[in-house]
Amino acid sequence: MAEPWFYTETVKDHFFNPRNIFKTEKEIAEYKADGVGEVGSPACGDVMKMWIKIKDDRIVECKWQTFGCASAIASTSMLSVIVTEHNGMSLDKALDIKPQDIVSRLGELPLRKFHCSVLGHRALRAAINDYFKKTKQEKRMVKDEPMQNICGVKQ
Amino acid sequence: MLAMKEVYLDNAAATFVDPRVKAVMERFWSRDYGNPGSFHVMGLRALRAMNSARSNVAKVLNCSSDEIVFTGCGTESINLALKGVFLANRSKGNHIITSRVEHKSVLETCKYLEKYEGAKVTYLPVNKYGQVSASNLEKAIRPDTILVSIIYGNNEVGTINHISELSKVAKKHNVLFHTDACQAGLLDINVNRLGVDLFSMNGSKVYAPKGVGLLFIRKGVNVVPLLHGGGQESGLRSGTENVAFIVGFAKALQLLQKERKKEFARIAVLRDRLVSGILNSVPKVILNGHPKDRLPGNVNISFLDIEGESLLLYLNEKGICASSGSACTSKSLNPSHVITALGWSHEVAHGSIRFTLGRRTTSADIDRVLKVLPGAVEKLRRLSPVNIKEEDLYG
Repeated sequence: MAEPWFYTETVKDHFFNPRNIFKTEKEIAEYKADGVGEVGSPACGDVMKMWIKIKDDRIVECKWQTFGCASAIASTSMLSVIVTEHNGMSLDKALDIKPQDIVSRLGELPLRKFHCSVLGHRALRAAINDYFKKTKQEKRMVKDEPMQNICGVKQ
Repeated sequence: MLAMKEVYLDNAAATFVDPRVKAVMERFWSRDYGNPGSFHVMGLRALRAMNSARSNVAKVLNCSSDEIVFTGCGTESINLALKGVFLANRSKGNHIITSRVEHKSVLETCKYLEKYEGAKVTYLPVNKYGQVSASNLEKAIRPDTILVSIIYGNNEVGTINHISELSKVAKKHNVLFHTDACQAGLLDINVNRLGVDLFSMNGSKVYAPKGVGLLFIRKGVNVVPLLHGGGQESGLRSGTENVAFIVGFAKALQLLQKERKKEFARIAVLRDRLVSGILNSVPKVILNGHPKDRLPGNVNISFLDIEGESLLLYLNEKGICASSGSACTSKSLNPSHVITALGWSHEVAHGSIRFTLGRRTTSADIDRVLKVLPGAVEKLRRLSPVNIKEEDLYG
């Protein structure tokens, strides 16, 4: 598909001024997360990692790292805002976040960039699952569909 | 935002039209706009201008006028060379040899010939810099081989193939040899010294407008046309000739010939300063392509642990125009087939950025890139969870 590569002002804002990020390596090493999740592969061109802190079944902090294109970075940044705003999102609600929810907050993304934001919510789910596992709530864990073979590289 | 002059380092994608080229084209739109096929004074003027352009191009390439066919672009020239030779010579065989680092216009044309015309195609591997070896080529030649097509200067990584050595091998076995010279404007483009039978070039990479190309076809080489109609271009490319663009292209090639040596030296100095500047100021980078056998204007570097498109956006924000071999900027969502053919992993290809210098590139442009780049890379790396290890570099 021949689409121009353009991004909305919101996408650019989150790309150039990413929210909820670690400032230093030391900060990452010392961060006490309640759940950590990572999805994607460098060979495929997209990797997302999320660290979350939980209080009263709500996400109170969400940190992240992303290897990928500008929309991958912006969409993870936006996702971290979505789940932490208004005193934090409940885990049940967070598990239900769809790629479209992130994209609509960003305004618009070129169609072929959709797979990037799909990874963001998967990384979040992986982090929540990690929290469930650590807190012996295995029953609440959700299973994700296998990743689409987006780039022809085996995951 | 304050107006900021762009640093344009994507000259392998398109060049500006040189004002001296533009100046010779104008009158073929406003005054001498006749069809060169028409039997009157207006037609004759257009015909004469085109003939003179053809003869000027022939002088630059060191061939005769009737060996030049003007086309609409480099892709068309390559299509005409490959499909045209294949269709005209299929009684002799159906085997074509090319390489894994060709431009898509060669690779996709070969795939088309395989799928619809029963061609057998060998895609030669290249060394870690992107060069085809004469011995590998010789080993691949079979009795049914009719054509070899090897790129001269690689559009992505800038590596130069030793075309005269390769063409000798083909000649020894009586196989036709085509080279894609679309990026080779500053190299030796004397078709006799190169020993090629077919040679493609386009205007938009040599300071002529987009929309004009040429194919040199050595006398005696049979080619079937792609476009049928009024029989223009010796029957090889029907359609009213684009006189203004042809005249402009010829002028551009003449200027190139006159200024080539000086410009090669000037740009190569800037290129080397950009390469060493990046290698010295940014950790975890790889220079893709040959360190010496390289187009004077090409710099291609992989920045590990980050993805090329995000770096392009950063550079763009700072007014720097470059390109990337990352999957995110390709239509196929696959990373550069050229960089992976050099033996690098997908991870390395995703982080590749190409800077291509041109006639207007200055020392100050290079300074600006070197000022912006380290900080941009550092910022993106701080966001990245990836830490590519030595063993992940190779595909």
